[in-house]
Amino acid sequence: MMKRDECFRILARHITDEAVVATYSSAVDWVEINPRPLNYLSIGAMGLDSSHGLGLALGRPDKRVVVLQGDGSLLMNLGSLVTIAAVAPKNLVHLVAQNDTYEANGGHPIPNPKVDFAGIARAAGYAAAYDFSDLRIFEQQVGHVLEQDGPVFATLHVEPSKPLKYDYPSLYDPAKRKAFKAALQARNVRQGPKRKS
Amino acid sequence: MEAIAARVDAGPRELNGGGIIAAIKASGVEYVLAVPDIVTSAGLLAPIARDKELRLIRVCKEDECIGIASGLSYCDKRALILIQHTGFLDSLNAIRGVAVEYQQPICMMVGLLGHDPEKQPRASPRYGVRIIEPILDDMGIAHHLISADADIGKIQPAIETAYRESQAVAFLIGRRPKAS
Repeated sequence: MMKRDECFRILARHITDEAVVATYSSAVDWVEINPRPLNYLSIGAMGLDSSHGLGLALGRPDKRVVVLQGDGSLLMNLGSLVTIAAVAPKNLVHLVAQNDTYEANGGHPIPNPKVDFAGIARAAGYAAAYDFSDLRIFEQQVGHVLEQDGPVFATLHVEPSKPLKYDYPSLYDPAKRKAFKAALQARNVRQGPKRKS
Repeated sequence: MEAIAARVDAGPRELNGGGIIAAIKASGVEYVLAVPDIVTSAGLLAPIARDKELRLIRVCKEDECIGIASGLSYCDKRALILIQHTGFLDSLNAIRGVAVEYQQPICMMVGLLGHDPEKQPRASPRYGVRIIEPILDDMGIAHHLISADADIGKIQPAIETAYRESQAVAFLIGRRPKAS
């Protein structure tokens, strides 16, 4: 079993100009590890992060979009897997940290910890779907996951983390969304689907 | 007396789907995000699905539309959400969080299922329809009733305002639009 923050530290080494959509516990870990204007924090309507990611991927086909979702969040928007697979954005990478709990809401278990998210994504029609539970293998393969044509899905099987500090005023801060939009509009030369890692 | 007072003004009562679609396009909308709704099915959704100037994204559940439209707006792409009032009610938390609290330009076209088009929505025989306008008022979301061709002119200015001011707007479709 991996730890989410360890996965994200490895992921951060591969992130350059991608738009990263993160929610709740994943957002707390991600902004601590990799604070940057191109982070979009999807807080306030749990489950919508995958849909935000789809909108961004459609709107900016030249840019990679990486969604960092939790298992409880995806369960609230499972249909988005079907929608994303149908739209088939090549520039969307959808990573779900599965710790089998609603970590931001008291650590209660999700309804069925045996759920196979990668299997559901594969059946929905994602271009590729992976399961990672070994940090070393994730480290070896994350570059490939990020650069192949999407939509790509991966479940990161992680432990529940130590109690996190949810700084909601900071996570909600409108200035962050404004900075995100400005950064998104600053066109740059790196391309989405076919870039080299 | 109340029922009489609640009736909309007399006059020609038709709603042309082609006119609505033209107004949507004139507003710079490129994407229509939709879950089928029987009120708008034949007059709007079916012709939109055939229209090469609009990209239709069919979603599984209405609240997905709120996230997708928000993501598109960050890329300066305009979207219209085409749903039934039941889907609007199901999406209230997403609308609250994204459209209202995040002040995103979320444009919704909402079919009023079961509504009597000769009445105002607040006087609808359907409970689910009667509560739509009060909910929108409480949430501070601008809304416009589109029940006749004369109402179509409200669409473009309202969408322009929504994107200029980064705020939500809802168009309530009170009559089945005719396909044209």
